Parts: sequence; C-alpha cells; structure tokens
Amino acid sequence: MADALARLAPYRAVLASRMRSQRSYRANFALDLVGAVLVGLMEFTEIWVLFHAVEGIGGFTFTQMLLVFGIADLAFSLADLVVGHCDALPTYVRAGTLDVFFLRPQPVLLQLVTSDISLRRLARATVGLAALAAGLVLNDIAWDVRSVSLLAIALGCGFVMFASLFVTAAGLQFFLVNGAEMTNAFVYGGRYAATQPASVWPRVVAVVFGFLFPMAFAAYLPVTALLEMPGAPWLPSWLGWCAPLAAAWSVTLALLCWRWGVRHYQGAGG
Amino acid sequence: MIIETTGLTREFRVREGLRRRTVRAVDELSLAVTAGESVGYIGANGAGKSTTIKMLVGILVPTAGEVRTCGLRPVQDRRDLARRVGVVFGQRSQLWWDLPVGESFEILATIHGLRDGEARARSAELVELLEIGDYLATPVRQVSLGQRMRAEVAAALLHRPELLILDEPTIGLDVLSKQRLREFLVTQRREHGTTLLLTTHDMGDIERLCDRVLVVDHGRLAYDGSLDGLARTVGARRVLVVDLAAPAADLVGLPDATHIRSEGGGLRQHLAFDAESTTAARLLFAVSERAEVRDLSIEEPEIEDVVRSIYAASR
Amino acid sequence: MYGRLLVAGVRRQSSYPLATLAGLVANATFGLLKTGILFAAVGSAGGTLAGYDVGAMSAYVWLSQGLLGSVNLRGRSDMMLRVRSGDVAIDFLRPVDVQGAAIATDVGQGLFALLPRGLPSVLIGLLAVGMTMPTSLGPYVLGAFSVLVGITVSHAFVYLLAVTGFWLVETRGVTVLYMSVAGLFAGLYTPIWLFPDWLRAVAEATPFPSMMMYPVDVLTGRVTGGDAVGVVGVQLAWLAGVLLLGQVLTRAGRRTLEVQGG
Repeated sequence: MADALARLAPYRAVLASRMRSQRSYRANFALDLVGAVLVGLMEFTEIWVLFHAVEGIGGFTFTQMLLVFGIADLAFSLADLVVGHCDALPTYVRAGTLDVFFLRPQPVLLQLVTSDISLRRLARATVGLAALAAGLVLNDIAWDVRSVSLLAIALGCGFVMFASLFVTAAGLQFFLVNGAEMTNAFVYGGRYAATQPASVWPRVVAVVFGFLFPMAFAAYLPVTALLEMPGAPWLPSWLGWCAPLAAAWSVTLALLCWRWGVRHYQGAGG
Repeated sequence: MIIETTGLTREFRVREGLRRRTVRAVDELSLAVTAGESVGYIGANGAGKSTTIKMLVGILVPTAGEVRTCGLRPVQDRRDLARRVGVVFGQRSQLWWDLPVGESFEILATIHGLRDGEARARSAELVELLEIGDYLATPVRQVSLGQRMRAEVAAALLHRPELLILDEPTIGLDVLSKQRLREFLVTQRREHGTTLLLTTHDMGDIERLCDRVLVVDHGRLAYDGSLDGLARTVGARRVLVVDLAAPAADLVGLPDATHIRSEGGGLRQHLAFDAESTTAARLLFAVSERAEVRDLSIEEPEIEDVVRSIYAASR
Repeated sequence: MYGRLLVAGVRRQSSYPLATLAGLVANATFGLLKTGILFAAVGSAGGTLAGYDVGAMSAYVWLSQGLLGSVNLRGRSDMMLRVRSGDVAIDFLRPVDVQGAAIATDVGQGLFALLPRGLPSVLIGLLAVGMTMPTSLGPYVLGAFSVLVGITVSHAFVYLLAVTGFWLVETRGVTVLYMSVAGLFAGLYTPIWLFPDWLRAVAEATPFPSMMMYPVDVLTGRVTGGDAVGVVGVQLAWLAGVLLLGQVLTRAGRRTLEVQGG
C-alpha cells in the first residue's frame, strides 16, 4: 500500500501544482467556467429543439433522451477534464515537453495524462449532471441493485471510453501533426454520437461508432437496458451490460495507437 | 565505459515537395567515454550532435549500430537510465514555467523518488552553489535566461546522476553567468566525479570544462583527442587586436606571434599567437615596446572555423 | 490585391493537404451523424417536418456543413489578435479603410475555402445520402449571391467582436458568447424552423440566420421567387447595419488609441 502510494507520488505532485496554478488566474477562470456551461447548454438545446418538434426519435422520448445525453455528456466532460489536453499533443512536441518526459523515470503516457488538468471543464460537467439528474427523476426507474450497477457501469465505462478516445487521438497525432481536425472527427464526433439514440445511425456510422469507437455502449445501450427498451435490431439492449468489454476494447485500441505513435516518434519504423 | 557506441547511425526521411529523401544525421559513429571524463562534443549546426544525444538518452531509436549509456540500452531501459542521467537542453525547459523555481525542484525530487530529507539537503546544496536563493520563489517565466539555465542545471542534478549531458548550456548567457556556470560544473565534477558531456558553440566552455574533445561533422567523428591536440591539429590560435595611438608599420617579427593584417594604415593590427607558447600579456608587452597601445581585444577562434579546418584536414 | 490574396490562400491550402482532408473527414462525420438524427425526426413526424422532407433535410445538412469552413461562427479573427497586440495602430497608418481591408481579407479566404472544403462536403452528401436540389437555374444564381452575403455578414460581425478589444482587456468572453449563440441561431445545430415559435422569433430578430440559415434556404429552393429576394433583402439590411456599426466602432476605437497614445 505504502509502496503503491509512493509510486503515485510523482503524478500527484504534478497534478497538485497544475490545480494551484489555475486558481491564480481568477478572472479568466470565471470566464472560462461560464463559457463552458454555455457551450454545454447549446449542445443540449439541439436535442431539446428536436424533441420539441416531434414526439419521439429512434424509439426515445425526451425524458428518456435526458438519460442518454446526461450519461454521455457527463462521462465526456469528466474525461475531457482529466485527459482532454492529450488532444494537443503537437503542442507538447513543439515545446519539447515530450522530450523532457522521456528523461524522467515514469512511463511517458502516464506523464502526459497527468501533466495537466483543466478544472474549468468541471463547469461543463454540470450540464450533463443536471440532464442526468432530471432523467433519473422523470423516468420510472426501479431503484435496485440492477439499475444502480447499470448506471455505475455506464458512467465508469463511458469515462474510460472517452478518455481512450483522447489517448487514441494523441497517438495518431504523432503522424498527423497538422491534422488534429482528423482526430476531432472521432473525438468530438464520438461525443456527439454518444448523445444520440444509436438506432437512428446510418450504416457507416453504426460500424464506426457502434464497434470501432464503441460510442453506442457509452450511454445508449446501458439506457435501453436500464429502461428495458427493445433497442435497435443490430444492437439488442442486453448489450448494455457489455459496456466493460467495449471499454476494454477502447483502452486496447488507445494503447496500440499510442505505442505505434511513440515508435514512430522515436523513429523505430512502423 | 559510461557511454559506448559502435557504428551508431541515424537516418531521417525528409520530404522535399512530393519526393522523399533519406538524410544521414549520424553516420557510423563509434565512441567511448569513461566515467569521470569531461567531454566536449562539438560540430556545426546540423552536424548530428542533438541526434546523438537523443539516441544516448533513449528519445530516438538508432537506425543501425549499438549504443550503451551507463551500461544500459537507452530505449529499452529508458526508465532505469533516467534515474542515472541528468540532461539539460538549452532550448527546452524541464521546469514548470508558471511555478516558482523552488516548487519545480520539489516536484522533480518527487518524480525521482527522493526521500524528503535527502531532497531538501540536495536542493539546498545546489541552491547555494548555483546562487539560486534570490529567485527561488519567483515563477520560472519571470527569471532571466542566466538564472533559468542555472535552475535547469540544478534540476538535472537533483537526483545525483553519474552522467550529466548539457546541450548548449551557455547559449545566450552573459559573460558573468557563463563564468558562474562553468565554475560550478568544474566543482561538481571534482567533488562528485560526475561525467560531463556537453555540446557547445563556445570555445570558452570547452577550454575551461573539457579535457577531451569530440568533433563531429556530417554525422561522422572528425576528431577525438585533447583540446591541445585539437589546437595543434588546426592551429587554433588566438588573435590579439591592438589599436595604436598612431599609425605604425606592420608589427612583424614579434616573438611567438604572427602579424595577420593591418587596418587604417597600421592604426589597428591583428596579431595571431599560440596560447601554448606565449601569453597575451607577454605579447602585449612586446608590442608596447614598439608602439603605444590605446586599446586591445582578444579574439577566440570560432568553433565553426575549428570544425571547418578539421574537416578540411581529414579529407 | 484580391487576386494576390486568393493566390496566397490557394498556396496555404495546398501546403496542408492533410489538414484539408482532415477537415473533410470531420465534416463528413458530423454530416452523417446529423443526417441520422434529423432523418429519424422527419420520419417520426410522418415524412415532413416543418416543411422538410428527407431530401430537403439532407440538402440542409450537407450545405450547412459545406459552409462551415467559410462562415465564421467561432468568433476568432486575425483582427482580434492585431487589436490586442496593438499592431492595429500600424493598420491605421495605411491608406486603406481598416474595417474594409480586414473583412475583405477574411471573406476572400472564406470564399476560397468553398473549393477544397465546401464543394467536396456537398459532394459527399450527394453521393452518400442524396439530396433534393432545385432543378431551375434561378435559386442557384440568387443562392450564390446569398451565400456571398452570408459569409460577409459573419465576418463583418466577427469584426465587431475584434474591435471590442479597444475597450475590453479580455475578448475571450465575447468570443465564447458569440460562438454559442451564433451557432444556435445561424441554424448550425438544427434548422431554426424547427424551433418553438418564441425561440424562432428571437432568432429571426438577430443577424445570425443571415449568415447560414437564409443562404441555405435560398440555395435549396426552400424559399423561391419574391420571397427569396425578400430574404436576400433582409440579409443585405443586416449587412449594412453590421458594417455601419463596425465603422462607428472603428472610429471610436481609433480615437481611444490616439488618446492613449497607441
């Protein structure tokens, strides 16, 4: 135990210093908090407008959608808070920070992940949290071990999947130094996809966000399982319990991409 | 051997428009450095110095050849190696720009797993020797370049590495800062036996710090030996420039010195001398017996010139 | 001068082929995701939603995605940086109108982005999903003009954000505010015609629909004939208003600058 704590000490020291330094720019910090909430609200408005215009979409009512949006958005915001900066890998490369990571006795990826934390993104999470809370109240959910564990699985695995997306993006950006927008397609596209009912996806999207980057498992499937809904023909609702598998796949993919990227950076071929 | 390479080679593929071309940054480099040595690694820009260093510490994988640093394979054993090597890159900082200098030290001590008491003692020692105390509480972004470099060196030495690699440590520093840093490095080496490997553009760094010089050119080792030997090989002489009170005839025939050229009808004269056989003072004395000297300056040989003549000689 | 700008733009785009490709991939991903949810909405409304059938909805999705690289809905501009850094003082010494030059440059780049970014996006939508487009020439001619006006309105408005920097220490706040409000009311997320009545009324009272929603409407033939001309008229009125305000603010800003001594 003490040994494990000692091993975590370097990461804790860096993170603590990052948090302290952010609090010292108060004016900008407040501004960023408000901005983050606004952006989150606008993304929610899209769903609200659509469900205001029609009764239900993809077999979901607005109150049911609140759960999907809430879980997905909360998990994304928290992942963004913790590892969102990995998306800016080219900045680390240009500033030489990445080379410095190589000179320290910790794994490079862990150093990158713990090199920064954006507290301002905490505000962004309140939007998802509010939607989720509303969804939990408005839907008729039987509160038992089953529903609580599904919810916990969904949030936990959603967080891991989104965090993996950021790391995947970082790994690929070793190759696409000017193409961060390419990784945005699956990072922010993935976030957008996860807040949708997967039953409406065109086939290409279903392949990409159903399996390659398994966003359907982040919120949609667990919610169909939670509410005991039928689910899409190719995505039965019991798959909601398989979110940990999807998360494990996401992590594997992320680690492979990272490894591949680092090997490219070191020039080991591949 | 603390550093040992055999046939070390590194190629890069560069894009030129649509075509790709392979460039050899380091070309079959074989060198060995024993523990305790102080080695200057010099060469023109783009000669392959930084690439070599990156391979020594495990940032880059060699295209071919072998490399061992502290007896370890840099890429595979990177994390073990990181505990035994300290690196200062003149152009990139290992400190946190928005944190006070002292706080950066504390974090680095934790990163290297130093115990509290040990970290504090070591940190205090380095702060005193490098005269960092005055700006220990100042955020890194607000300190001067000279102060930052001293802090960088302290940061690289916190974990008492057996090998210290310095990439252009004195670039952009004023004379006083350079002097302080050099003195500190000399002491550090004498007291702890730390091996030094430094790249530099400053002949002064080499003269005051290194007992061995490696010259690299186009990725190949062009010279390996003592500084004196280097000077002998290329005739790296210093030049005394004197401004005389009145125009005088060319000052030829001075002992151990050669007249190079005169300007302003003999008002300013350039005299080359070999630091091995005479001193600037003795030469100045000889000059003042023949003409009244109003002002003087000493020009050190440019490292680029040294490398160029080495390269010309080795062909 | 504009010819030279265009050439510079071409060169910049062609030196980053990967970035252009990346932008296209992002456009296509978001386009497909939007197509999915909006088609489902049209479906559950019984085939038409606020006058959109599937083909018209597709046209909306892909044209708005295509315009994304040309219409400035993010609120950032070079001018904003120049005001903050004080470089704008140099601009005032040049014999050209500062506002006009800044907006013209941005509009030029926006127009150029239509080629590598806009047209391919529309093409992807056309091939992958299909869309209903007008069969007569009229909407295209008027639509092209409407797009030009829309792009200009957006850059003229973003110029307003930039010059607030003469008085505000930090312009990030107005940028974030613009980014969220403009996206919603310009019809980036959904057509504003799907909004509840009160929200649509609010949107129509702002210049934002003139940037993207109206051009898309005219180009896809959602509005035609006299109505379409009317819509373009509204766009032009907003453009005039925004430009006028920009001119007033520029002069006031110049005075502030002179008072402070640059």
